[in-house]
Amino acid sequence: MNKQVEKTKFDMRKATGHQLFMPIICLIVVLLINVLETPDFFKISMNNGVLYGYLVDVVNRASELVIVAIGMTLVTAASGGQDISVGATMAVAGAVCCQILSGGQVTTNEFMNPMWIAIIVAIVCAAFCGAFNGFLVARLNIQPMVATLILFTAGRGIAQLVTKGQITYVRVETYKVMGGYIGSCPIPTPIFFAIAAVIIVYLVLKKTALGLYIESVGINGSASRLVGLNSSMIKFLTYVICGILAGVAGIVASSRIYSADANNIGLNLEMDAILAVALGGNLLSGGKFSLMGSVIGAYTIQALTTTLYAMNVSADQLPVYKAIVVIFIVVLQSPVFKKYVKGLKIKRQTAKSQAVEGGN
Amino acid sequence: MEKNIVLFMKNISKEFPGVRALSHVDFKLRKGEIHALMGENGAGKSTLIKVLTGVYEFESGDIHMDGCKEKIINHSPQDAQKNGISTVYQEVNLCPNLTVAENLFIGREPRKYGMIDWKTMNKKSEELLKDLDIDVSPMRMLEECSLAIQQMIAIARAVDMKCKVLILDEPTSSLDEEEVGKLFVLMRRLKSEGVGIIFVTHFLEQVYEVCDRITVLRNGELVGEFEVSKLPRVMLVAKMMGKDFDDLADIKSDRKIKQQAVEPVIEAEGVSHRGTIKPFDFTINKGEVVGLTGLLGSGRSELVRAIYGADKAETGTVKVLGKEVKINTPLDAMKAGMAYLPEDRKRDGILSDLSVRENIIIAMQAKRGLFKPMSRKEMEEAADQFIDILQIKTASRETPIKSLSGGNQQKVIIGRWLLTNPQYLILDEPTRGIDIGTKTEIQKLVLKLADEGKAVTFISSEVEEMLRTCSRMAVLRDGKKVGEITGEDLTQEKIMETIAGGDRADE
Repeated sequence: MNKQVEKTKFDMRKATGHQLFMPIICLIVVLLINVLETPDFFKISMNNGVLYGYLVDVVNRASELVIVAIGMTLVTAASGGQDISVGATMAVAGAVCCQILSGGQVTTNEFMNPMWIAIIVAIVCAAFCGAFNGFLVARLNIQPMVATLILFTAGRGIAQLVTKGQITYVRVETYKVMGGYIGSCPIPTPIFFAIAAVIIVYLVLKKTALGLYIESVGINGSASRLVGLNSSMIKFLTYVICGILAGVAGIVASSRIYSADANNIGLNLEMDAILAVALGGNLLSGGKFSLMGSVIGAYTIQALTTTLYAMNVSADQLPVYKAIVVIFIVVLQSPVFKKYVKGLKIKRQTAKSQAVEGGN
Repeated sequence: MEKNIVLFMKNISKEFPGVRALSHVDFKLRKGEIHALMGENGAGKSTLIKVLTGVYEFESGDIHMDGCKEKIINHSPQDAQKNGISTVYQEVNLCPNLTVAENLFIGREPRKYGMIDWKTMNKKSEELLKDLDIDVSPMRMLEECSLAIQQMIAIARAVDMKCKVLILDEPTSSLDEEEVGKLFVLMRRLKSEGVGIIFVTHFLEQVYEVCDRITVLRNGELVGEFEVSKLPRVMLVAKMMGKDFDDLADIKSDRKIKQQAVEPVIEAEGVSHRGTIKPFDFTINKGEVVGLTGLLGSGRSELVRAIYGADKAETGTVKVLGKEVKINTPLDAMKAGMAYLPEDRKRDGILSDLSVRENIIIAMQAKRGLFKPMSRKEMEEAADQFIDILQIKTASRETPIKSLSGGNQQKVIIGRWLLTNPQYLILDEPTRGIDIGTKTEIQKLVLKLADEGKAVTFISSEVEEMLRTCSRMAVLRDGKKVGEITGEDLTQEKIMETIAGGDRADE
């Protein structure tokens, strides 16, 4: 009997020590607030043949963030810095895709070019943006924040150049599929994109040695070089992957609004993505990383946004409340706070053991 | 409490997950004494120091200091400093991108109208450095100074803070003899001024030269406190290892004469790297252990780095087993069958946050390439194999390497390279900062590998260690290979002579 108690205790300690423990707790806390404030938050119903409800909305809206956050995780792990140009890269991909589909017109009601060509070219462009960042960071050793600042500012300008300063509309049902629904499937398509992106990246990391290489390079670049790893090549690769993922997210985002709005696609998403990485318990200074942590972080951020909307917070006040909650979450995960909690535990334990001794 | 005791640690216990690092350890330091803290790797020396300086928290025990009635608890190194405890660590913890003067006064800069008073700071630094006989300009960037000078500056900083207790954690492992001498002069002076010095080192000679008392730890437990004059060396070693010390000397015995058929593994011709090593020729045969020796900065490490491709050689050719190989990167060298254990374990060796398993397989994995990942099972088998062969002390194979002691970290790195099954091993200071027991193990391992037909280049600052293991030695001076010594000539005197440049006529 006693033994059993000890065993469950031990498992508990193992669970709380796990990297994903705090991120999951944070997500649960955000969701719990909803139980109290907006009881119908968890209600999922069928409307017009599609799933409907706040929860569906959270998962749906978070898709682009999830996709971008995965890329951000890899970049962060390998280079110890962040790619702040992902939002702009999304805009470029969206612009290129729509422009090819509309054949250069401002608005179109039918495809001027096949959709697969448009998508591939858009993703290649995004990959090229990533490669440019990667070259600056890995080859020229420029700090990631500075290197990606170039495309952060120039990216939307490039997107504007592509669309000639207009918002290009693609009013074709097939194009809306990526941001809407496939046929009569009740689940929004972006969710599939997010899941697919997570699975593909996860498999790439596990089925090749890339995951280990990235962690190794992020922890100690010079030691990695001496054991035969090409540190700069690996860093470069993570930026290219990050660019490609931003491209995919950009196409999904533009499909949602069936247009290329260079000024608004992916706006401020880079900051949410960085936050998602941090909320996932990953160090922003690189090294060991958890893909799932970032994914959970991304859903937490979206859940928070939707929660605040559900509580009738207006869009312009939203950042204030978001900031308060973020501070709370970040403090919960900070090493100082963790140490404090641990200190309390030890105190309680010693108090307990002293009490036992006294009893004897 | 005795009258002149400056520091008294009583009944200290500290536990890490799965390992009891310290159990009920006492430690006493008197005024004006140099007290050696000794023990093998994992004995708990570093842990005790870190508990004292507030880097780690401890579970039970008291720390008392002279002048404080209450027991003190340091929560951070800053706290410890306030209480008069200064530490100079094995790896210098200063800011390489600041000047010497800034490093000396960082955090306590002299001020004038709220601004830093640069003039006073530089003047004070100059006086301090001159006083301690450290030959460096206060305006120099720290990173431009040699490691030895950096160490001296760290000590100067501690000295200037008027500490009552000075902890020197392996301060001599990167110093050459002359510098060690200077350091000892400095230590003796501080001692006469009443500072209590805790001296952590692996060098027995140094302990007997400069220390008054020795406290020995083993496996986290106190073995005892002894007066140096009453404890013969053999006894000390026996106490540290907890067994009778089989003399290192008998490793050698049957080794020297055994010469196999000469079959060159590595032939380097005219290899050089600008600024560090002038063109040199270097050949090493199967089953041979060749030592490289020379003073600090003579190009020992640079020579092997140029062969291995860590610094890409600018001229010359390298032949492996008679075939010319183009080596641009370390990976090329690895594919040609080379392995390189770097000098600075912390900077170039360990991947601190990764597990022992990952640290062992990383070189093998890099050699296999991105698209041929090792399966979990392969990794675990490889890790277990080397944890077993090299007797690596670790809680499990998934423990992060950073929580292992220095010697065990080094064993992991050796395991990493043995896994790639190299023909040619370069070991650059494999025994630095490691206890005698592990040193012996590593030396034995080197000889065993040579017997198996591997070629080994062995670099060490301890000449005796090299004399025991090497069958031939190359001597370097100022980035130039100045000679090779073999056979009968392989004596300490001859080596010293060559290093010092006594054979100038030969050149």
